[in-house]
Amino acid sequence: METLTQPWPWYVAGPLIGLTVPALLLLVGKPFGISSSFRHLASMCSPKTRVAYLRDNDWRGELWSLVFVLGVIIGAFFAAHYLSNSAVHLLPDHYRQWSGGLRLFIGGLFVGFGTRYADGCTSGHSIMGLSNLKWPSLLATACFFIGGMVSIFVLDALFPMP
Amino acid sequence: MNLVFALLMGTIFGTVLVKSEVASWFRIQKMFRFEEAHMFLIIGSAVAVGVLSIVLIKKLGLRTLAGEEVTIRDKPYQKGVVIGGIIFGAGWVITGACPGPIYAQIGSGEYWALCSFIGAFCGAYLYALLRPRLPH
Repeated sequence: METLTQPWPWYVAGPLIGLTVPALLLLVGKPFGISSSFRHLASMCSPKTRVAYLRDNDWRGELWSLVFVLGVIIGAFFAAHYLSNSAVHLLPDHYRQWSGGLRLFIGGLFVGFGTRYADGCTSGHSIMGLSNLKWPSLLATACFFIGGMVSIFVLDALFPMP
Repeated sequence: MNLVFALLMGTIFGTVLVKSEVASWFRIQKMFRFEEAHMFLIIGSAVAVGVLSIVLIKKLGLRTLAGEEVTIRDKPYQKGVVIGGIIFGAGWVITGACPGPIYAQIGSGEYWALCSFIGAFCGAYLYALLRPRLPH
């Protein structure tokens, strides 16, 4: 039990995440990917839309995606409440106020817009696409890191750490 | 039945995201600053297991539980891979979470991550609206 409640090392977490790929392919018959859930939620919430990207999207046929992210929420709750000895902190303190919430919202906009424009995120491109040895996914992964490193540089210049 | 497996695998995945701290803003900072190898080792070993399992699935000609052929939709190159990819990278740094971890943060009790989720929902909507005018 002690080993379970400690943070899990990379050689446990990495292979478990990798196994999600064959598990989903074989048991559910779907390639791994999470950011498409934002599209399905948007389609679900606008049944009479004329926006092609949301209208021409069979979200009912991709219901597994929404069920999967529901599972992620449940699993995270379980991990934080029953597999952790101390309180779980995944965000820094300065984000737990309205100015931080605004920053998270803006960051979220970038995540939702960027992943849909790129047609995948860390799971769909960096895990699933790379596992399938697809070069556009390698390019996408490189761009994720370029965008991340540039924004760390810009944010450090705009908001210097005290 | 598919949905039961999807729920189960999502639950395992969410547990791993929290317990390995992949869903931690602090870990993402250390990754983009190249201060620790944790995230790189996780992504690297995940891809290694993924590559191996897809090779095995193809070699053995495995079929899905429903008896269908295993098909993986191609995600061909388009300009959004570069432009959208860079924009997502910035969002990853600001929120400290990619899409899976946004859900994991909310589940773990970091309720401010709901702001990230609402942002991501709006971002997907914005893409849907602007899509006809964006270069692809």
